Amino acid sequence: MAVLTEEQSMLRDAARAWVQEKAPVAALRKARDSGNLQGYAPEAFAEMAGMGWAGVVIPEAHGGSEFGYLSLGLVLEELGRTLAASPLGVSSMAVTSALVRAGTEVQKAAWLPKIASGDTVAALAVDEGPRHDPVRTALKAEAVGGGYRLSGTKTFVAEGMAASLYLVSARTAGAPGDEAGITLFLLPADAGGLTRSARHTADSRDHAALTLDGVQVGADAVLGEVGGGYALLERTLDVARIAVSAEMLGMSAQAFDTTLEYLKTRVQFGQTIGSFQALQHRAAKMFSELELARSCVEAALSAIDQDADDLPQQAALAKAVAGDTLNLISREMVQMHGGIGMTDAHDAGLYLKRARAVEALFGTTAWHRDRWGRMQGY
Amino acid sequence: MADFGNTDVEAFRAEAKAWLAANFPTSLVGVDVAMANATGPVEGDALLWKQRMGEKGWGTPTWPKEYGGGGLSSAEARVLQQEMNRIGARNPIGGMGIMMFGPTLLEYGSEEQKQRHIPSICRGEIRWCQGYSEPGAGSDLAALQTRCEDRGDHFLVNGQKVWTSGAQYADWCFCLVRTDFTTKHDGISFILFDMKTPGVEVRPIQLISGNSPFCETFLTDVKVPKENLVGELNKGWTIGKRLLIHERNSLSGGGGSAGRFAAGTPLDKLARDYIGVDESGRIADPDLRSRLIRHQMEAKAFMLTLMRAQAESKGGGGPSAATSIMKNVGSKVGQERAELAIEIMGSQGLGWEGEGFTDKELEQTRNWLGGKATTIYGGSAEIQNNIIAKRILGLLDHQ
Repeated sequence: MAVLTEEQSMLRDAARAWVQEKAPVAALRKARDSGNLQGYAPEAFAEMAGMGWAGVVIPEAHGGSEFGYLSLGLVLEELGRTLAASPLGVSSMAVTSALVRAGTEVQKAAWLPKIASGDTVAALAVDEGPRHDPVRTALKAEAVGGGYRLSGTKTFVAEGMAASLYLVSARTAGAPGDEAGITLFLLPADAGGLTRSARHTADSRDHAALTLDGVQVGADAVLGEVGGGYALLERTLDVARIAVSAEMLGMSAQAFDTTLEYLKTRVQFGQTIGSFQALQHRAAKMFSELELARSCVEAALSAIDQDADDLPQQAALAKAVAGDTLNLISREMVQMHGGIGMTDAHDAGLYLKRARAVEALFGTTAWHRDRWGRMQGY
Repeated sequence: MADFGNTDVEAFRAEAKAWLAANFPTSLVGVDVAMANATGPVEGDALLWKQRMGEKGWGTPTWPKEYGGGGLSSAEARVLQQEMNRIGARNPIGGMGIMMFGPTLLEYGSEEQKQRHIPSICRGEIRWCQGYSEPGAGSDLAALQTRCEDRGDHFLVNGQKVWTSGAQYADWCFCLVRTDFTTKHDGISFILFDMKTPGVEVRPIQLISGNSPFCETFLTDVKVPKENLVGELNKGWTIGKRLLIHERNSLSGGGGSAGRFAAGTPLDKLARDYIGVDESGRIADPDLRSRLIRHQMEAKAFMLTLMRAQAESKGGGGPSAATSIMKNVGSKVGQERAELAIEIMGSQGLGWEGEGFTDKELEQTRNWLGGKATTIYGGSAEIQNNIIAKRILGLLDHQ
């Protein structure tokens, strides 16, 4: 655990207490069983926003506390521990970072206070296929009159059914694969010509598919530069990747703790199974991976706070290392629990399913590893 | 977060800078005097640098001044290290006296023992070796059988030690011996003896790397003065374990395998030189390339963890739980690096001696082989995993 200020420790403790009481794994299970694909009760997110969590990286002038990304990451880690669903990562961290960085005063004033209060949920509409590849953006934005007409599809938009605002990557020039020619748009979910539908995935969380059929927007919907949006898109995605990594760290930590507890209590052959060296060494391995992942995630969160030049490397490292760690621990969680881990009544399956969903989100482990390698000269 | 930039530390920086400018012989930029001094006397500028640092106490910067240390705060010691790094100066005082024995004696030794042994360690004058492992006591160190009998005015020691690093060059030995055969851990004592004492015989062991960094040490009727017992009789296991913690920390920190992999030619450059690149300018062997990236990521994660553990222990929360993983992760990363390096170099990476190989290539072969010891010594990787499972994770012993 990073060295925290007193305020950060208080925030983390408050988050831990609230999550354990108000958003245990049972809350996700309940949402799933009642067919709520958002994964959370709207009142739960309203309470989070009420505690100020939705405005942690928003400037005070726009209704936030400007408390920093490492601080928000502590909350995301705690949420990850119980698989607590919320749009905090994509909305209050990633899209927010783009608005703060590149928004006009009008755009900031229009959206940031509403994001901070929890009234607006924002999502990133980037991917157009099953594998993350932002440079392949094809969704078309034609200049029409003083504005643009958007046509195309987006898929697997995280928190996409709950969102009331999308940050959409579109192509104003060039072809899929070109960095140049990508433009970002702020698009309200109720825009005419926009339809959305849910994609039911194994993690019982909110993923939407969007169809844009000649959606008309004004020039004031553009966030950042026309045709030069790729750098802002990548930076925003890096913030999202780091947010997901913080969630993955929390998931890994809890999956490990739950498994360790089982090793200490399950008795076979007259002793706790945790006394068997074959399991002890695998537990030690998981613990080591967890410690390495924590270092990478905390360093990446701090890198956003410092606006570090190597943020892309830090984001790729955090996402890949946390991804490997979570992959290992989620497999071992099921295996070490034996038969009970295969049952729907046990939490292990929920961790396993969410693990693969976040591993794929905003770039798989392999994708980030290769990306990191390129940046390092490999 | 860091305490850099505060005025006292900055004043010290100016002092350190001035002293180094006046005292560091520029002929020694990048030269590891401590390494040379480990196997025999050094001379010329190397001797001068060793003496000056020894007198100043800055070879052991945070040790107490009264025993010859530098008496610096850890913040000042970091500044000193930064200033030395800046001019390419390396600490000429090293070895087991610094890494393991000194810190342990400062904690457990009598006043007389500290006065006698610490100053010469600070000056780099006495080489210490470690009499721990025996043929029948490796991972199960507490099974050691070297007999130490009370003969009234002295102890009489008989037995055999093995893997005594640098024993052929050492002046003194710190040694675990058995003083009670009726019990295991509670029958061990921690003693010191002069390697020139009659009955001490050293035989170097040739390793797979061709080098002989370790020895067998035979002890036959070795007379050890009573005042060379550290701590109480039969209480040596606690002291011996404490020393192992210092050993593990130094093995995973800057001086050990972690430091070694961080140095050296970056593997991406090595791969470009030996393998070449494809049409898009990337290392031409995609399988090896992806394994190189995986390795480099783990190395980076390890370095970040070292930094985090350092920040956490400075932050006052006590030693970080992360320190328990350092020895295993550091040694694994170091070994992986060496395996990848020789794989990149192909047959050229297996040169043993003679023509057709550069010095670097020959060195790589020896490093690859020599590095295999890092997951065996100082508590094998398996023992480290046992320690993590039991001490950190609270899992029980098998019954």
